[in-house]
Amino acid sequence: MSGGELIINTPLAMQVTPADWPGGYWWHWLFFTVAIIVFMLVMVIGAIYIERRAMGKMQSRIGPNRTGPFGLLQPVADAIKVLLKENIVPGTADKIVHFLAPIVAFTPVLMIFAVIPFQNGALLADLNIGILYVVAVSSIATVGVFMAGWGSGNKYSLLGAMRDIAAVVSYEIPLVLAIIGVVIVSGSLSMNEIVTSQDIPYILVQPLGFLLFFIAACAEINRSPFDLTEADSELTAGFHTEYSGMKFAMFYLVEYAEAMAMSAVITTLFLSGWRGPWLPPWLWFIIKTVIVFFVMVWTRTTLPRVRIDQLMGLAWKFVLPLALINLFITAIEVIFWPDVSQWFFVIVNIALAAILVILFSKLFKPGWGRVEV
Amino acid sequence: MTTTQELTLKTEPFVLNMGPLHPSTHGVYRMRVTLDGEVVLDIEPIFGYLHRGIEKLMEERTYTGCIPLTDRLDYASAMSNNFSYCLAVEKLGGIKVPERAEYIRVITAELQRIANHCLAIGAMLNDAGALGTPFFYLWRQREKIYDLFEMLCGQRVLYNYMRIGGVSQDLPDEFLPAVKKFIPQLRHFIDEYEFFLKQNEILIARAKGVGILSKELATNYGISGPVARASGIRWDLRKNDPYSVYDRFEFDIPTRENGDCYDRYRVRMEEMKQSLRIVEQSVKQVPGGPFRTEVNQVIRPPAGEAYAHIEGPKGELGYYIVSDNSIAPYRSHIRSTSLINLGALRQMVKGWKVADLILIFGSIDITMGEVDR
Repeated sequence: MSGGELIINTPLAMQVTPADWPGGYWWHWLFFTVAIIVFMLVMVIGAIYIERRAMGKMQSRIGPNRTGPFGLLQPVADAIKVLLKENIVPGTADKIVHFLAPIVAFTPVLMIFAVIPFQNGALLADLNIGILYVVAVSSIATVGVFMAGWGSGNKYSLLGAMRDIAAVVSYEIPLVLAIIGVVIVSGSLSMNEIVTSQDIPYILVQPLGFLLFFIAACAEINRSPFDLTEADSELTAGFHTEYSGMKFAMFYLVEYAEAMAMSAVITTLFLSGWRGPWLPPWLWFIIKTVIVFFVMVWTRTTLPRVRIDQLMGLAWKFVLPLALINLFITAIEVIFWPDVSQWFFVIVNIALAAILVILFSKLFKPGWGRVEV
Repeated sequence: MTTTQELTLKTEPFVLNMGPLHPSTHGVYRMRVTLDGEVVLDIEPIFGYLHRGIEKLMEERTYTGCIPLTDRLDYASAMSNNFSYCLAVEKLGGIKVPERAEYIRVITAELQRIANHCLAIGAMLNDAGALGTPFFYLWRQREKIYDLFEMLCGQRVLYNYMRIGGVSQDLPDEFLPAVKKFIPQLRHFIDEYEFFLKQNEILIARAKGVGILSKELATNYGISGPVARASGIRWDLRKNDPYSVYDRFEFDIPTRENGDCYDRYRVRMEEMKQSLRIVEQSVKQVPGGPFRTEVNQVIRPPAGEAYAHIEGPKGELGYYIVSDNSIAPYRSHIRSTSLINLGALRQMVKGWKVADLILIFGSIDITMGEVDR
């Protein structure tokens, strides 16, 4: 544990530090901007392929295997197909909002990657408030989703958008509280310093925090079992029902880009980011991100969807109290035993996490969903 | 001065049109749903999009020529429809069916029940948002049953297998060994499937206590089959009014008490096991002899009327036929289970959420071909 200093002394100004990078500030900026966009597009294509193939295997079918070797070019073929489609704007739509929504949803997801370290110091901007920036920026995507839902002039879209707002508003709080646990242990808000302080991956030091963060992240980016926003069996396609062609492709991209971004954040916060033996750091980072993404695919194929009131109930009655307890325990550990080995807390925290989760799952009642009408 | 009264947000219910083209309406069912936010205030069922006038068409065909039409009613359980229709005509004409044909009919009808329940449970879980996986697992088992039927009559979905006075062709030599091999496989599969889903937290949260159909309501609406048995009505025509050779087999009628979606799922699972028991016993007992009574191609039953019903996979499936001693039925009526079971839907969904509406609708297990006829 890197000390009990809870006060972060560095000023909360933007601190861009491309110090040892050749060519200075602008080359650094250009290189990482291009790298991030390319990286993200490639990762999204990979993610779509992985998801479809893995789901195929898990569902005892083959999955796409016709386009290119092992169906590797399937996402490319899909992209070409979807770009050539006609762009239909419904007559009842609010044209400007309908047009802007995919852009508003897509940009913040791209911006998350600005503070994610691919290896030591290799990131666009090493903000000293990195994780705060991630939280702030990632919730802007919701505005795009709501614009899509409202601007489409479709009731299914509106229902989906309302669900998304409800989910994000509820899960933002436990998400941040789970992050604060990590921040307390590492003593920094900077993404790069969080990684450098992880001699033991924080998934072991903060097992409960990891669990809660994963749940909240899944709810925030609408991954199953919290995919109520686009619940295909209920709302046909939710907020993007009325989108076609390129704009639909943007939303499709956002869905996977968000999943990738959240996987990257989880990797950075809990799985010691780029650190790892033998392999180059950036490769470790990608491997870990893909593993986290795979877990998301896994839950998607395994679990049924929860209902909207159960989603809310889970946030306020289960995830939020546990996040507060986790924060409390972490704070006590850091303040009173700053010199005790982290391995000791690994054991203590895993035991506590198990006890708390079992206790809360016994107490947690999803609630009675019926309303008298 | 604005008063508090004026500032209070006024909400009003809105109408959402679900269907006829919606992923979860099992065909072309349409509901005009009145929603207050997420809460279902009322639904107005609209159907008839698949109406083909089968009852009228039957008046234009010979008695044998009607059999293919019955296939097209409930295309998820065509054998049961054949069976019920043939029973009605045999009752009308006083035609005796040989032992062997009775056993073949029982085997096929029970296998059909399993196939139908595979589809019903899979579709219901799909509606619950379990993206494909439980569906595909059951689908694989259903395919095996369809392979068996293909062996029997060359068709996979619409069999046209039963004939008045027996079945169209004898069992092929490899059929009974294949069934014997299939029984333990399916039994193992059911246990495995139960292990995955019986205690699934999300499924229980979603389905337990949801869409309760009380015993009184079920009786008043004339609901039969697994839906009625899940509500605690111990009514199974195979026991209560044994037809064919069902009185020779040992099996139980699984019932549940609560009448919610979870119970309907459980009852179907248990019924699959019981059907396997019947198949197992009947495979051992199949006698030799002819597989069909010699009857004329063109039957002229004596003038009169007859009603025959069987316990179809979805409930009581009956055919009412009036004969005027001509080659075609004077009038025919089908007691189609799906339509009658749908009756209580409106009572069941009031006050639940949109997601529950879909799940409750899925748990009733309907086929639109049978609803619209």
